[in-house]
Amino acid sequence: MNRCVERLHNGLIKENPTFVLMLGMCPTLAVTSSAFNGLGMGLTTTLVLVMSNTLISLLRNVIPDRVRMPAFIVIVASFVTIVQLLLQGYIPSLYDTLGIYIPLIVVNCIILGRAEAYASKNPVIPSAFDGIGMGLGFTMGLTLIGIFRELIGSGMVFGLKIMPDVYEPFAIFVMAPGAFFVLAMLTAVQNKLKLKGASNVPAAADNGFGCGGNCASCLDGVCAANHEIIKKAAEERKEAAKAAAAAKADAAKAAALKDPDKKGDR
Amino acid sequence: MKELLIIIVGSALVNNVVLSQFLGLCPFLGVSRKIKTAAGMGAAVIFVITISSAITSLLYNYVLVKLDLEYLQTIVFIIVIAALVQFVEMVLKKNSPALYNSLGVYLPLITTNCAVLGVALLNVTKGYSLISGVANGFGTACGFTVAIVILAGIRERIEHNDIPESFKGTPIVLVTAGLMAIAFIGFSGII
Repeated sequence: MNRCVERLHNGLIKENPTFVLMLGMCPTLAVTSSAFNGLGMGLTTTLVLVMSNTLISLLRNVIPDRVRMPAFIVIVASFVTIVQLLLQGYIPSLYDTLGIYIPLIVVNCIILGRAEAYASKNPVIPSAFDGIGMGLGFTMGLTLIGIFRELIGSGMVFGLKIMPDVYEPFAIFVMAPGAFFVLAMLTAVQNKLKLKGASNVPAAADNGFGCGGNCASCLDGVCAANHEIIKKAAEERKEAAKAAAAAKADAAKAAALKDPDKKGDR
Repeated sequence: MKELLIIIVGSALVNNVVLSQFLGLCPFLGVSRKIKTAAGMGAAVIFVITISSAITSLLYNYVLVKLDLEYLQTIVFIIVIAALVQFVEMVLKKNSPALYNSLGVYLPLITTNCAVLGVALLNVTKGYSLISGVANGFGTACGFTVAIVILAGIRERIEHNDIPESFKGTPIVLVTAGLMAIAFIGFSGII
């Protein structure tokens, strides 16, 4: 039981996906133009995350290691389709506002990241609670950002007027640029307070790769696959260079051997 | 022809994929440190999205719709895209080493780029035919390239500027992206 509570705490506070890990930035910026949209997106993602974590944990001994990524993607995509159809049937207004961001939950790094980092290695109940914790942490992040943007951008929270009539709303905050500015402020505050967050991880060596510069905190999720590929490519390149060097050395040796031969012939 | 042009301009500038739809943010923020790498990433994205939007529209219009399986679109698209990226990588490696060397490193990063799946899904929601779908994909990818190259250019400049301590790193990049998004709102009148 302790472990479950610990998982909830981990998802909500210690490794909050929005504020600490900064995962799933696309929906975070795209659907937080109002608090209600943020809450809806967060709860939808939570539902998918809990179901996918549970099933992946159940199947963790069945799925062969080599095909785990495609298997996870198919499982997640199936649950996303189910949730999408349910939303379309029961909450059509939310379905219309979230639009293509519902099917895009499939490529949300939080879900594959949790599958890879936790659910594929742990028993069912902690995995489900991990999904609940992470999902609620994500929901909390989206709702808070949504409240902030809606309050500044239209003077309302959840559609209720909060600000006095004198207040002139900054409409830019409910539009696309506002999303970038809010996130910029958030990361700047984290930097200022030296809080532990993805934006505070010192940037890795400038090799041209990176996932928002926060691969270091990607929890061995999707990015790990990239890391492997990059490492492999680097090794291949090194081997190629070694082979080239060896070939050159051989050629030089051969030339050196040939020369005395030639001399000897003469 | 005119319609296609409108689709391309609309998806590249008016509804810019990164700055107004927030798709493909990870590479936008992550691979935009230098103009050269940003341009490489942009070229790889144009290549992959154009091909993938052709294949996904073909599959959707001629297979899924015919069989009444439209609800499988998400699953089919993500599998096709993941397989396609691998396939493109293998073909390039075998047949065109020069192109592979310039694009190869970016290809694995594109599988997780939500813009690819986003374009395929948008083509379906907007009811585009095969040709308009490809035009939309090409335009979207061009919009991504324009945005990431501009951001990389600005980032190279601000590298040596005197930025407030707490805004160094990610925050200043996000502020820059926000200002670019404001600039791109200016395009909304042209169509």
